[in-house]
Parts: sequence; C-alpha cells; structure tokens
Amino acid sequence: METPQLSSLYQQLILEHYRNPRNKAELEEKTVEIHMANPVCGDEIRLQLRIEDDHIAEAKFIGQGCSISQAAISMMTTKLQGASIDDALGLAHRFTELMHGDPEAAKDRTLGDLRALQGVSKFPVRIKCALIGFDALQEALKKHASEGSA
Amino acid sequence: MAAFDPALIRRDFPALHQTINGKPLVYLDSAATSQKPKAVIAAIESYYAHDNANVHRGIHELSRRATIAYEEARGKVARWINAAEPAEIIWTRGTTEAINLVSMAWGLDNVGKDDEILISVMEHHSNIVPWQLLAMRTGATLKYIELDDHGRLVLDDLPSLLTARTKIVALGHVSNALGTINPIKEITAAAKKVGALVVVDGAQGAVHTKVDVQDLGVDCYAFSGHKMCGPTGIGVLWARKELLESMSPYQGGGEMIHIVGRDASSWAEVPHKFEAGTPNIAGAIGMGAAVDFLSDIGMDAIAEHERSLMEYAMQQVGAVEGITIYGPDSLDERSAVLSFTLGDAHPHDISTILDSDGIAVRAGHHCAQLVMKHFGVAATARASFYLYSTKDDVDRLVAGLGQVRQIFG
Ligand SMILES: Cc1ncc(COP(=O)(O)O)c(C=O)c1O
Repeated sequence: METPQLSSLYQQLILEHYRNPRNKAELEEKTVEIHMANPVCGDEIRLQLRIEDDHIAEAKFIGQGCSISQAAISMMTTKLQGASIDDALGLAHRFTELMHGDPEAAKDRTLGDLRALQGVSKFPVRIKCALIGFDALQEALKKHASEGSA
Repeated sequence: MAAFDPALIRRDFPALHQTINGKPLVYLDSAATSQKPKAVIAAIESYYAHDNANVHRGIHELSRRATIAYEEARGKVARWINAAEPAEIIWTRGTTEAINLVSMAWGLDNVGKDDEILISVMEHHSNIVPWQLLAMRTGATLKYIELDDHGRLVLDDLPSLLTARTKIVALGHVSNALGTINPIKEITAAAKKVGALVVVDGAQGAVHTKVDVQDLGVDCYAFSGHKMCGPTGIGVLWARKELLESMSPYQGGGEMIHIVGRDASSWAEVPHKFEAGTPNIAGAIGMGAAVDFLSDIGMDAIAEHERSLMEYAMQQVGAVEGITIYGPDSLDERSAVLSFTLGDAHPHDISTILDSDGIAVRAGHHCAQLVMKHFGVAATARASFYLYSTKDDVDRLVAGLGQVRQIFG
C-alpha cells in the first residue's frame, strides 16, 4: 500500500480553520440544535441552525475536537449561510463522496474550502472526524422536517 | 538468569518486527494490550494442534490432557501472585468480567440501600460502571476519592470517606490513564478497619510489578491476560477461598453445577462454581505460558527496566517545547505510562502524525473520562511501555513529536 502523505492531510487551510474557526458561537435565534459526540476521541459539537422556510438563514456551532473535525465544521458552516435545505443536503452528499475518495467530488468547486479535506480519504480512521459536522447537519435537517410536519 | 536485555527480548515478539508506513514499528500502546511472545503463540497453537478437547467432561485421553493443561495454567497464575491455592483463581474474560462478577455475586447479596461503595475518580470505566449498576440496583450510594493536581488520590479524605456503611472499596492498583501507582496496602488497612470488601483492579498492576495478593491484604484482585503478554479473552479474578465459597454463583450453566434438579441445583466446588460453560481453554493455557515467560525474565528485572526507561522518557518527552505531562512526577509513584498533550495539537492529530512515522500511541480518554474531566481536557495522547520497549523507542517518539510541532507549531 502506498504510504499516505501527512502533507496531503494537514493542509494550511485546514490548520487555519482549526485555529480561527468561522461561525463558532452561540446562535441565540436557533430553530434547531443537534449535539453530536464521538466518544472514541472526544470530538464534540453542537450545531445550531436558524431555518426560515426552505433555507438555512444562519448556522453556528460550539465544539471541540481534532483539527480535522473542527476545520470541517467551520468550513461547512461557511457554506451553509443562506443555503437552501436541498443545497445543504446536496453538499452533505457531495462531501461524503469526497471522503470516500470520489475523484469527481474532488473537482467539484461547489465544495469550496471543504475540498482541502480531500486528503482525509487516504486516512480511513480519520474520515469519521471529517464527517461529524455533516452528520449533525443531516440530523438537524431531519429534526426540522419532522417538527415542521408535526 | 541472564542479564536483562531488551534487544534479546524483542526477538521473542514477532509483531514488533515490521514496518508501518515505511518505518520500523515503535509500539507504545502496551497499556491497551501488549504484544505476544512466540512462547505464548506456540502454547496456544500446540494446544489446538495436539490436545484440543473440552475440559472436565471427557474420560478420553485428549480431554484428560486439555484438563491438565488448563488446570496447570491456573496453578501457574496462583503461584505467580502468591495465592494460597489454585482454587482461588477464577478464569474470566478479563478484568472487566472479574469486576462485574464480584459486583453481582457478592454485591447483590451484601449491599443494601443504606450502604456505600467507595471508588475513585481515577478508575477505568470498568471499575466505575459495574458499581454504578450495583448502586442503581440496590439503592446504595457511590462515593469517590478525589484526585490532586498530580493525578494522585487525595488520601487525606479517606478517614471521612470510610464509614461503618462502606461495604466495598474498589480501586485500581495502577492508573491506565496517568500511570499513578496507588498505595493499595495502606488503603486496604484503612478499609479493613470499617469492614469493607477491598476489590483491586489490577489490569495495570500485576502486569508490571510483582504482586503478592496475601501481602497486599486485599479481598479480590482482577487482571487481564492480554496486557501481560497473554491472549485476549482471558483474565483472572483472585479472591480468598472462604470469600468465594460464601458468594452466590455469577452465571449458570454447565461446569458450575453439581447436581441439577427441576427446581433447583447445587453448585460445583470453587473455582468451577464461577466458571459456567465451556471456558476459554486455549486462553488459559496461553496466559499460563505468559506467566512462565514473565517469570523466566523476572518481574523485578522488568520493573527495573521500565523504571529506567520511564526516567529517560520523562526527561526526553518532558523537554519537548509545549508538552504537558499528566500524572505524578516521582518515579516511585508512576508506572510505565506517559499521558501528555502538546500545545494546541489535538491528541488525535498527534496520534495520526506519529502513526505516519510508524509510532503507535493511544489518543483519547483511555476509558477514564472522569480523569480527563479532572484535568479539563477532552483527551490525551498516551505512550505506554513494557519489557520490550527501548530508549530507541523514546527517541523515535521525541522525533515524532518534533514533527507534530512543525505542523501545529
Ligand atoms: C486500569 C484498567 N482497568 C480495567 C481494564 C479493562 O480490562 P479488560 O478490557 O481486559 O477487561 C483496563 C484495560 O483496558 C485497564 O487499563
């Protein structure tokens, strides 16, 4: 097996988001919140969304964990501000493909900064870290849908 | 006995001789599980290849051989920890099952709603959760000995924590998260004054130092084969014979019965009373072989080697800029565990970076979330050493930490 390169994992952009996470704050006017934790390594987030009609008006998070998990959440939230629910779900789907090493996803500009995380796909034990934010997003949108229809 | 030479010892461990990510493996995760020497692997293979049969059941030759090997292994373990007799050794799946056994078989009969169970913040989850379950079932109160800034038990509190209601004191011999060695003998003497049952989680204890259960004065001592060069899925509960005889069975099934009637049955003698079902025969034999292996080298020699290695590791790793080491400073109070964090690099990232250098450390809460909480961290990185660890391993670790600093600098 080819040895995966650390430099492909720890991109500057990732370390930059880790040190200066975007949208890391309490969202007072949240309409939905999901808490998610990975007890194995202690990654933990609370994702908070303000959903208006069919779009995410605002997304913020509180969390702690490794550089990969925290950078991925930070990058994700920058893409979510104002995004339609459909687009958010599409982004989650596309990012999951990226984590599974899909070369098409790696070329997809709609992923924005999240493309810097493509190296994670070469480190199978770290994929969970990168996905925790999107897992929370999908849960949050599910919760929103079920509450909306209730 | 020849002089202690880790280079020679390493030859006995096939798994140590491989490359990971193109670099020679540095295995620093022995506190999670140790590597296995050839002698142990061979004993298990030989059992399956030549003597495989169920124990205590057949009249035939293979069953006789399997039974002898299985019971011989029990005797080896008994002598190794200075148990009064082999019948005091109960085979379990490991430390976890041994503790659960005591909490069920002794706890349910002897602990009531006004009673107290005393444990500590330092415990591995397997020495917390079984007692929480017992407290839930009986209504008893669970109390904790706190930790100080150096990860030692605050024993000044002990006199007030131990009361006439304290039924059980359950403590780790050595902390897997911090390496702290607890003064078990001293604590036991205090616990005995109030008549409490003393249960020791020895998963990281007997593994590294000579243990004499009679001298310690404790009632129960639990440990796992896989952390002491033996296989997984086998471990030991030691308890005094009178105590075992007074206890209810743990699980019901074959092996543990004497006569089975429609409504009730009578139990087999100790230790079989606690060994329901076909046991892990190969595991027991493998653990016996591990005891032989460690005894040949000598526990004192192993302890001495680990101490000088820890002294070196504390100096070298301690000198890395930005490092925080958790646990006691004094080598008298610390076993072969080095728990640390490095700047703002998350332990998970530290572990990935070290792994790319072929260095295996553990990152996480080490099944000791209360310890992490005490120090206000979500996780630590942990390097743990054993008889086959070397100064070279420490040097490689320090070089790897240099790389962590480069990336997270
Ligand atoms: C201190 C301590 N106690 C208990 C255990 C549990 O041992 P096992 O998983 O072998 O049952 C461990 C090992 O993980 C340990 O380090």
